[in-house]
Amino acid sequence: MTAAVPVTVRSTTRGARAVGMLRATGPAGIASAIIIAVAIFMAIFGTWLAPFDPITPNLSLAWVGPTGAHLLGYDFEGRDVLSRLIVGARTSMLGPLAVVLGSMIAGALLAVAAAWRGGTLDAFISSGLDVLFAFPGILLAVLAAAVFGAGLTAAAIALSIAYMPYVARVLRGAALKERSQPYVAALEVQGASGPSICLRHLIPNIMPLIVAQATILFGYAMVDLAAISFLGLGVQPPEPNWGVMISENQVGIPQGYPLPALAACVCIVAVVIAFNVLGERLFEQAQAAPR
Amino acid sequence: MLVASLLVASFVIFGALYLAPGNPISALSGGRSLPASSVAVLEARYHLNEPFLAQYWYWLDNVLHGNLGISIVLRENVSTLIASRIWTTAGLVLYAALIIVALGIGLGILSGLRPGAFDTSTLVTTAVSAAIPAFVAAIVLILVFAVKLGWFPALGNGTDFLSNVRHFTLPAIALAISSLAIVARVTRASVREEGQREHVQTAVSRGIPSRQLIRRHVLRNAAIPITTVAGITIASLIAVAAVVEVAFSLNGLGAYLVASAQSKDLAVVQGISLVLVTAFVVINLIVDVLYAVLDPRVALGSRAQ
Repeated sequence: MTAAVPVTVRSTTRGARAVGMLRATGPAGIASAIIIAVAIFMAIFGTWLAPFDPITPNLSLAWVGPTGAHLLGYDFEGRDVLSRLIVGARTSMLGPLAVVLGSMIAGALLAVAAAWRGGTLDAFISSGLDVLFAFPGILLAVLAAAVFGAGLTAAAIALSIAYMPYVARVLRGAALKERSQPYVAALEVQGASGPSICLRHLIPNIMPLIVAQATILFGYAMVDLAAISFLGLGVQPPEPNWGVMISENQVGIPQGYPLPALAACVCIVAVVIAFNVLGERLFEQAQAAPR
Repeated sequence: MLVASLLVASFVIFGALYLAPGNPISALSGGRSLPASSVAVLEARYHLNEPFLAQYWYWLDNVLHGNLGISIVLRENVSTLIASRIWTTAGLVLYAALIIVALGIGLGILSGLRPGAFDTSTLVTTAVSAAIPAFVAAIVLILVFAVKLGWFPALGNGTDFLSNVRHFTLPAIALAISSLAIVARVTRASVREEGQREHVQTAVSRGIPSRQLIRRHVLRNAAIPITTVAGITIASLIAVAAVVEVAFSLNGLGAYLVASAQSKDLAVVQGISLVLVTAFVVINLIVDVLYAVLDPRVALGSRAQ
């Protein structure tokens, strides 16, 4: 590893690099990327794509099965299930995105600071994160809901804090390894400041690992946030959301109308598996990449 | 370390709920306005007019004496309310932990020792089931085994031990399924890795019987990563149990925690959070002690990686 490496990496465009990385993940990786792309598309354009009103109830149509125009039938309040799934993609995807951004940014900064300064700061950060390990994500989110009221924002902040120690532990190891590379010493000799080396060289060099971890974390965040919405402490009905849809349509299962709840289950599981597969492939690449 | 984590955790739990918006006096009076003299009496009784740290100290002192305060919704002692529900959650988590250890480690060892069709199918099934959230598993299990087949009840606790086992089977499977897959995968990988190590190959070449070889040379060395992942996943069940309890209408701590968070019954939220965090920390401590038992090179008090 020499100082020349970041330069050669920069010489190809970002887009070409992303395509190359994706192609190397194989067919399962590409299939996962397609599922994720569809989910993102629904999350952005869902409100315009949905064929029917996802919110206004029409009790006379409750639990009516699939028909030509309503491919997945109606839910417990007589709303079109497909429209609610499409519009619900937004809250279902936005929550995990916020959690991933929050925990990755805070975790990466703490990890790099701990690895760079070492000593007391490292000990302080590491032991602070050790205490956070004692709080499972869902418990912290329930606490946040009790304090700030149920909602996506409180849940997302709580989960960001709960995931931070896991992110920081992995990235601190990587940053420590990077810190001992000769190029860091070379930059220090040239008089570059610590923050500038970290932000311009060290973090870009561990970026593949950060991206891989963020991808896997997205799947976890999606499961936990859906669980919190399922518990009634996240997104509030009638707002469409995949977790909410499972909980509100659960009563249909013993009554013989499982489709609305199952459809939401399938959406969550498909997106989570896609993120897991893609994340694992990216991890393998990040570790196999010539350094 | 255990005491320190618990102390900090208790401080966080108390501090978070101390910051919660809303006036405890109006919560006590149910929203009615009280004469100033009654307010003063209440403030003195609950130490509401004292500084934050003093209040924390009174609270901690009470907690250590088993007094977790009074539920404002049910007007009962929080300790009593928790005690009546704790066995549901403990039973559920223990049942799920048994399933994880027996099936997860068993499947992992079998597929680790026998490459081939069984191994491939285990890999594929576990890859999918690792991604199944507990609430999805709950929905599917209720649909298939309770509604369609009618083998198990869909909702509620049982009355005696046998009916409890029947009532808890589906919830325990729902709780266990994704952890089971993760434990099976890690077990398989570490058994495979240990099996290829030089000392095992040497033992094979010297004709040591395979049963003894597997137990003394492969499993003994694979035990550390297996214990790590089993410990982490079983500890994480404590929080996920809430989801399963709600899905199956079980009368456990997790479901009660969620209901109390919705009704802002803060003393109950504090009490249950404290119990759950303590259980979480204690399980992690047990795993740390197991490391030292399994590998004498690990000194107690240090963390095995």
